[in-house]
Amino acid sequence: MVTPLPLPVRFADAARTTLAVPGSEEADSRRRRAEAVAELPDWEELRHAGEELRDRTLRHLDTLLETLEAAVVRAGGTVHWARDAAEARRIVTRLASAAGGGGAVELPSPLTRRIDAAGALAAAGITLHRAGGPARERLLDAALAVSGARFLVAETGTVVAFEPDGDARMCLTLPRTLITVAGIEQVVPRLRDLEVLLQLLPRSAGERMSPYVTMWTGVTPDDGPREFHLVLLDDGRTAALSDGTGRTALRCVGCEACLRVCPVYKRVGDDPYGELPGPIGAILTPQLRGIEAAHEASLPFASTLCGACADVCPVRIDIPDVLVHLRARVVESRRRHPVPTPELALMRAAAWTMGDRWRYERALARATRWGGLLPGGLLRRLPVLPLLLGRWTDARDLPALPDRSFRDWWKARR
Amino acid sequence: MRVALFVSCVNDALQPRTGRAVVRLLERLGHEVVFEPAQTCCGQMHWTTGYHREAAGLAARFAGVFGRHEAVVTPSASCAATVRAVHPRLTGGAPPPVYELTEFLVDVLGVTDVGACYPRKVVYQPTCHSLRATRLGDRPLRLLRAVRGLEFAELPDAEECCGFGGAFALKNADTSVALGADKVRHVRGTGAEVVCAVDDSCLAHIGGMLSRLRTGVRAVHLAQILAATGSGGEGEEW
Repeated sequence: MVTPLPLPVRFADAARTTLAVPGSEEADSRRRRAEAVAELPDWEELRHAGEELRDRTLRHLDTLLETLEAAVVRAGGTVHWARDAAEARRIVTRLASAAGGGGAVELPSPLTRRIDAAGALAAAGITLHRAGGPARERLLDAALAVSGARFLVAETGTVVAFEPDGDARMCLTLPRTLITVAGIEQVVPRLRDLEVLLQLLPRSAGERMSPYVTMWTGVTPDDGPREFHLVLLDDGRTAALSDGTGRTALRCVGCEACLRVCPVYKRVGDDPYGELPGPIGAILTPQLRGIEAAHEASLPFASTLCGACADVCPVRIDIPDVLVHLRARVVESRRRHPVPTPELALMRAAAWTMGDRWRYERALARATRWGGLLPGGLLRRLPVLPLLLGRWTDARDLPALPDRSFRDWWKARR
Repeated sequence: MRVALFVSCVNDALQPRTGRAVVRLLERLGHEVVFEPAQTCCGQMHWTTGYHREAAGLAARFAGVFGRHEAVVTPSASCAATVRAVHPRLTGGAPPPVYELTEFLVDVLGVTDVGACYPRKVVYQPTCHSLRATRLGDRPLRLLRAVRGLEFAELPDAEECCGFGGAFALKNADTSVALGADKVRHVRGTGAEVVCAVDDSCLAHIGGMLSRLRTGVRAVHLAQILAATGSGGEGEEW
């Protein structure tokens, strides 16, 4: 079970212990994605359409959510608003307890796992069985189902789920009560907007289409659940929306293509990222949870900015740009500390030196003089150099220091 | 043509041979190279680590130093990307016309055979900024393939990041080294004597590991290969 609490450790410290060699299935999944995408001649246009659709949705999220609520109510369902994961757990527990006895099944999504719906219900004495596999029979006598969702259609109040095995359909037909939990950003304006997303999402995951695309709308007399509840979770999303650059992260449709191409994620796996793995987690978690704690503040720096993620993102989230933006937010918050961090002092000093030709040239001259004073090779290999430099020389030699800078050579040449 | 060289602070201080190679190469092709002595840093390090106020000062400074030039050439794809994509956001104005070296050679001068001779087995590492920010495409490869005596080897998983990542190399040193180890393994597997690229900072990371492991494989900027004529002159220095 994924812990819903933020990790206390910085990314680098966690990653040190989880470094591993990626298996061959990682390379396979990347190849499958590349092949699935290459089959569509208009892939780039689709990505632009996806970006435009998601941005438009986020811009009008307030009115779309009202439209969605009205549509769900019209269809016989009830909408519940949860400020955070704890409130979502309370709502789900209350609704589940009211649903009475009988079995309970979960059609999990990354979100239901993150809010730990199963853990909350277990505390209330309700065992939530995972749908699928050997637990399928449990669905037959289930009185309650808790599900995630992929998209919510505002105009119709329809919930859309993508799944490999059709369990959502059993969830829909058998239990008396169905509770669906989703993030407020998962809305799409109209049913026909799914056309773009139904192409972008499966192909980004390496499939031509999702094996099952299941949709349900409210309740139907004498068929399926008698009660339908939609729990809409904010959990930091509204705060993220107020950041013009940062909010592009909420375009995410959860395909995980960025995880599969990320060189860092491939090596360190899920755990160092905390609640949401990979490049998307590195830009979403600090926005949803704030950048004050050491773990969240370290996430925007957990990337080489190689850009592989931005190239594959089906809704064109410029992940490296958001990372850099969030790094600046971390730095800005540190500027307010009464005592400057060593890094801030160093970066200010560097900018001050670079800001003037004469200061810069004096620093260059000093550096080459120092380099010349040390015995050949010693500085290059010393693993115990102070502060940051030691983290370089721990596993890498420094370049041999030149006896004169480029500009000194240029001056002498004239 | 009169070309202003933006050598980059990293090369000025740590890899002056790259700057010397660019001068030698462009002069051999018949162009005049000028060096603005007031140049320092484009602000890339400050930008990528989140020190945007400081980066803004350096970007404004860069525009003042290079603003009147017709063409500015730099042997760093990441600096070129910073000037082009980041400076306008920091200064609000159009940036000076900065070209990464291979762009300048192929697109502006229209040459791919620069008359170089470099009898070594070489692999090319397309650095992330050259690949995904400046989008150099096959320009460096076209230049390399025209070098006499050069035996070109394909680098497996070439488009994977080497793990340098600027501050990442220090803030996430373990992961950085792990990715670097993958790159080193692929370079070693080709039997190449030299790995080249168009960013000396990535090369310092790859080369630093190759050197620590005593592999004997050298990390060399592409400019040095293009400047070499097989005559033992400056381009040939290691």
